[in-house]
Amino acid sequence: MKSNQQLTGAEALIKGLELEKVEVMFGLPGGCILPAYDPLIKSSIRHILVRHEQGAGHMAEGYAHVTGRPGVAMVTSGPAATNLVTPLCDAYMDSIPMVAITGQVPTSAIGTDAFQECDTVGITRSITKHNELVMSADDLPLAIRQAFHIATTGRPGPVLIDVPKDVLQNMMTWHWPSDDEVIDSLPGYKPTTKGHPRMIKEAAKLILESKQPILYVGGGVLKARAAEALRELAELMNIPVVTTLMARGAFPDNHPLCLGMPGMHGTATAVTAMQRADLLIALGSRFDDRVTGKVSTFAPDAKIIHVDIDPAEQGKVRKPDVPIVGDCRLVIEEMIVALRDLMAGGTKQADISAWRSRVNGWKENFPLAYEPSEPGAALKPQYCLEKLRDASPEGTILVSGVGQHQMWSSQFWHFNEPYTWVNSGGLGTMGFSVPAAVGAKVGRPDKTVWAIDGDGCFQMTAQELITASVEQIPIKVGILNNSNLGMVRQWQEMFYDNRYSQVHFSESVPDYVKMAESMGCVGIRVEAPEEVESAIDKANSINDRPVVVEFRVAPTEQVFPMVAAGRSNDEIMLQPSQEMRRELLR
Amino acid sequence: MTTSNPFGSEPNHHVLSVLVQNRPGVLARVASLFARRGYNIFSLAVAPTEQEDYSRITIVVDLESATLEQMVKQLFKLVDVVRISELDPRNSVERELMVATVRSTAEQRGQIVELVNIFEGKILGVGPEALSVSLDGSPEKLNDFSELLRQYGIIESQRTGRVALPKLDRTARVRAVKETKGKAS
Repeated sequence: MKSNQQLTGAEALIKGLELEKVEVMFGLPGGCILPAYDPLIKSSIRHILVRHEQGAGHMAEGYAHVTGRPGVAMVTSGPAATNLVTPLCDAYMDSIPMVAITGQVPTSAIGTDAFQECDTVGITRSITKHNELVMSADDLPLAIRQAFHIATTGRPGPVLIDVPKDVLQNMMTWHWPSDDEVIDSLPGYKPTTKGHPRMIKEAAKLILESKQPILYVGGGVLKARAAEALRELAELMNIPVVTTLMARGAFPDNHPLCLGMPGMHGTATAVTAMQRADLLIALGSRFDDRVTGKVSTFAPDAKIIHVDIDPAEQGKVRKPDVPIVGDCRLVIEEMIVALRDLMAGGTKQADISAWRSRVNGWKENFPLAYEPSEPGAALKPQYCLEKLRDASPEGTILVSGVGQHQMWSSQFWHFNEPYTWVNSGGLGTMGFSVPAAVGAKVGRPDKTVWAIDGDGCFQMTAQELITASVEQIPIKVGILNNSNLGMVRQWQEMFYDNRYSQVHFSESVPDYVKMAESMGCVGIRVEAPEEVESAIDKANSINDRPVVVEFRVAPTEQVFPMVAAGRSNDEIMLQPSQEMRRELLR
Repeated sequence: MTTSNPFGSEPNHHVLSVLVQNRPGVLARVASLFARRGYNIFSLAVAPTEQEDYSRITIVVDLESATLEQMVKQLFKLVDVVRISELDPRNSVERELMVATVRSTAEQRGQIVELVNIFEGKILGVGPEALSVSLDGSPEKLNDFSELLRQYGIIESQRTGRVALPKLDRTARVRAVKETKGKAS
């Protein structure tokens, strides 16, 4: 596509984004990025003006989570770029496709400590999949194409393009690189997507031989759009499934084979089934410390099939017996073919019925549970979540922050569809929820989007509700207000002998209803169980503006089950009323 | 994994030859990856290759902190990294350069010059109380040389870190960079 068309770098940037099919971007203008905001006026791209650059980053993430398309954030240099650091790291940890564009001081000023100058590519080097400082307007189209290619292929992740102001202002001859040009320009980047046939056959044999298999499903299954293939595999072999925090919804919670979430606050069944398994089929999961507990005691008798598109994940924590580098969907599909072939050839699957009934016994005896509140006592957060779950439309997208409310959300919601759960897993970013929910609602305006937040998280990024009001993005926010940094409080209670240090927030400041109203939202306060349902119904019925529902909940409530950090999964602390049945977890 | 032992005393050391796209910041990317993951670099040498678009980085890594496999896989994830080979010293040609300023009285000068000649080094400069010398060769040879110089007193010395290439194999066809096998993610 050679042409003689002369464009400014800024025009080329926006045109490039349009050609990459960007429909919406999140950002905030400033000095060095100013030239790029001018061609935006007549662009087809919708720009959401945020109140803080961190919000732009998390919105881009939320958008990417629910659409599978890369989220785009654009901000200026210096403090704006550093404000983007947290979302970039968050997206890197959770493999979210994202393209960030930052302004930079003019090329002649780089290195002089100019106003709003910082070493953006240096600062973001270890928290992006790739980044690039573009030094010439002629290089912009290729840099854009490379960024989208790298962000969305292989293991997805954030890519940052840093563009000096003069590069945006200079004239360039328009040229849009072809696919071949992009691939030739990246000789060091060739992700493997197709699994090795011999390894896949090995895996199929292990699956057929296994008497106690578990499918250990991670976020990679969602990234690969592999939920359907996974379901086919699970049902073909009748293998129970655990879905990690990043994979909730990849397999329906209401499916008889689903054991829920494993890990630190996973179900006793999921945690124990992994410990007792003789085969873990890890699909797009990375043996995170929150899942394995003490690694040396994790699933001690299990052979490991590890399917991951990132070869560096294989053997990083646990050495696999069968490593398969590839895209989860392609590998699972091939695995199904290999299993069918072997079975057609007469190989029989080992009898797993005893295992199934053992697992089902755990499911019956160790359901997720909490003590309902006494009449007149404070609301239980789990109760609020159950009511919200039951009253919200099927397919509602739930977005959470980080802490107790996140764990309860993951536990008590029923995720029956993929891409209905958005949270910050790897980095654990408090304040993720409100902006990510805005991004999710922009990506899926047809869906009801609920942000569940703690009071600690909410106060970190609440101002993005102004963005939501002004831009008419009607999200709903449920604050589980326990006037504490709840998870920290829980750890101080359990591991610091109730010595509470700096975890108490105020019960009454801020006034969340007034705060919501001041930001153009509807604010509702709920203090008693009988108010919960009507408040949720009211919130669900409002679709012309954001709604904030403050649930005043008991500060003493703790998340169970729990495996303490660094301890073995065998030492899982059960919900107190289930402790007496612990013997059954053998 | 070979058990190369380039310095005679460091069994944890391995030599990686890393072919990278010659772009701004590529060395910083490699260095920052090592720092971020807690990997130890013992020495590092970098310069453009015969093709100006590529540079070759020869890294001697210390495996105390991680496995070679994990280091190589993480390095491969850098978009600018095109190819990585581990070089077994038995099958590679290796060179390193050292320059040193050695304390030398007028009486000692002859002995030091003799030493430099035996090692086929060079005298770079002569002062009233010191000599500047240089030597290139295998890292082991440099070790021996500096050990012998030490008795006179080394005022300052600098080594380049090793550079290495696989030994010429008459049966193998010379591979062009374009033919490099792909790598993942």
